[in-house]
Amino acid sequence: MNRAFQFAKRNIRRTPFQAIAAIMVMFLTFLALIIFLILAAGSQAALRYFESRPQAIVFFKEGTTNQDISTIENALKQEPRVIYTKYISKEAALKIYKDENKSDPALAELVTASILPASLEISTKNPEDLSIMAETLKKEPVVDSVAVPEDVVQTLTQITTIIRTVGGATVGFLMVFATLVIIMIIGFKIRLKRNEIEILRLLGASPGFIRNPFIIEGIFYGAIGAIFAWIVSYTMLWYFTPFLSAYLEEVKLLPVNPLFMLEILGSSILLAVIVGGLGSFSAVRRYLKI
Amino acid sequence: MIRFENVSKKYGQTLALDEINLEIKQGEFVFVVGTSGAGKSTLLRVLTREILPSNGKVMVGNTDITKYKDKDIPLLRRKIGVVFQDFKLLDDRTVFENVALTLEVLGKNDEEIAKTVEHTLKLVEIWDKRNLFPRQLSGGEAQRTAIARAVVGKPDILLADEPTGDLDPKTAWGVIQLLNEINSWGTTILMATHNQEIVNTLKRRVIVIKKGKIVKDSKEGKYE
Repeated sequence: MNRAFQFAKRNIRRTPFQAIAAIMVMFLTFLALIIFLILAAGSQAALRYFESRPQAIVFFKEGTTNQDISTIENALKQEPRVIYTKYISKEAALKIYKDENKSDPALAELVTASILPASLEISTKNPEDLSIMAETLKKEPVVDSVAVPEDVVQTLTQITTIIRTVGGATVGFLMVFATLVIIMIIGFKIRLKRNEIEILRLLGASPGFIRNPFIIEGIFYGAIGAIFAWIVSYTMLWYFTPFLSAYLEEVKLLPVNPLFMLEILGSSILLAVIVGGLGSFSAVRRYLKI
Repeated sequence: MIRFENVSKKYGQTLALDEINLEIKQGEFVFVVGTSGAGKSTLLRVLTREILPSNGKVMVGNTDITKYKDKDIPLLRRKIGVVFQDFKLLDDRTVFENVALTLEVLGKNDEEIAKTVEHTLKLVEIWDKRNLFPRQLSGGEAQRTAIARAVVGKPDILLADEPTGDLDPKTAWGVIQLLNEINSWGTTILMATHNQEIVNTLKRRVIVIKKGKIVKDSKEGKYE
């Protein structure tokens, strides 16, 4: 096997332009893959964040008793679609209001607890259940109104779906493309080395001795391309983190956990080894008749 | 050592070998002569299992190599060195690397390769050319490199297919003397050639092939 690595190294060194072309194709493929993975993971985390927040707020009419609110809250807790409820009294609502308007004391002073309604924050397992719950709650006589900020979740769900579908299709296409490029380059090299292969066969080289360097070469192109793509994407992410953090505000996605990035590196290399190995193996099967 | 029993090879309607019966003992130096297309090269290629005969048995040692499975063919070829008219050296490797290739195929380690290649290149008198590439060699030096590559793994049999075909007479004689010396070590040599002068001077066994048939087999033969 050691000899196979030596032969592969020599093959790569002696055709540097093909090696660069193969690595660049693999680099672009894996750059797209890693960006897609980061976007998918980011949008998923953002979605989880928004889903975990109170999605609907039930405002109660003036004069609603704690008993009435408790009855509704207990009924909601029995409801399997509801995952979270929290009662916000008038006083608690005032505190939240004041906290949010700290920078404008005049605004804070104008408001008292009596003008703020008591409310109940609720979350559902699935965002689509929210409007159903809202409609049910609106029918309660003590309920004044129900605020449903379902647009954010709906938009985010759509974005996540789009990222998954478009990203998945793009990466799938690029994987096939990268495999074909590896087949083409290794196939070309096999043709280029026809004489050498012929001589090796006459010297008694085993099929593995002849094939392995080509397979190692394909795997090498894949792995190097994936590593470069990871370095570039991590650098880009690191560079844009301050800007993105400000944009995302309270959604704490950044900085990205280094362990997550290491997982991405590991899976990219594994995938690259599969793509490179599969491509070169197919080329060897197709073009190398031993 | 080598035995052909009723060996025939057909390419479509063309009979390249026709009922060949032949026995070569270990350590013999045999010339296979005949005109172009007579079947000399086919005979040698059957021995390396580049070609499978249409009929007959080809015994190397006690084994019928026509029965070899594909995976066993490399093992057969490791016992047989081959030298070609056009040398078949790798242009992107030095003399040393070309010769080392045989030992790499045999799975030898780097230290052993370095030692054995040095010894062999000194034997064929091209040690001083070890760092040159084939394009920097004369015809004789290139053929000596090819011979070194063929014998460095100490094969039992050496097949030489017109090894002097592209060489001037003086260089050709140098190559023949080298093959003669290799034969003196006990290596069986089977050499296909057109060169009357060499065959007649060396007075070794001569097998004459015509249209795929052995028409003459003489011990200290001549090529007329």
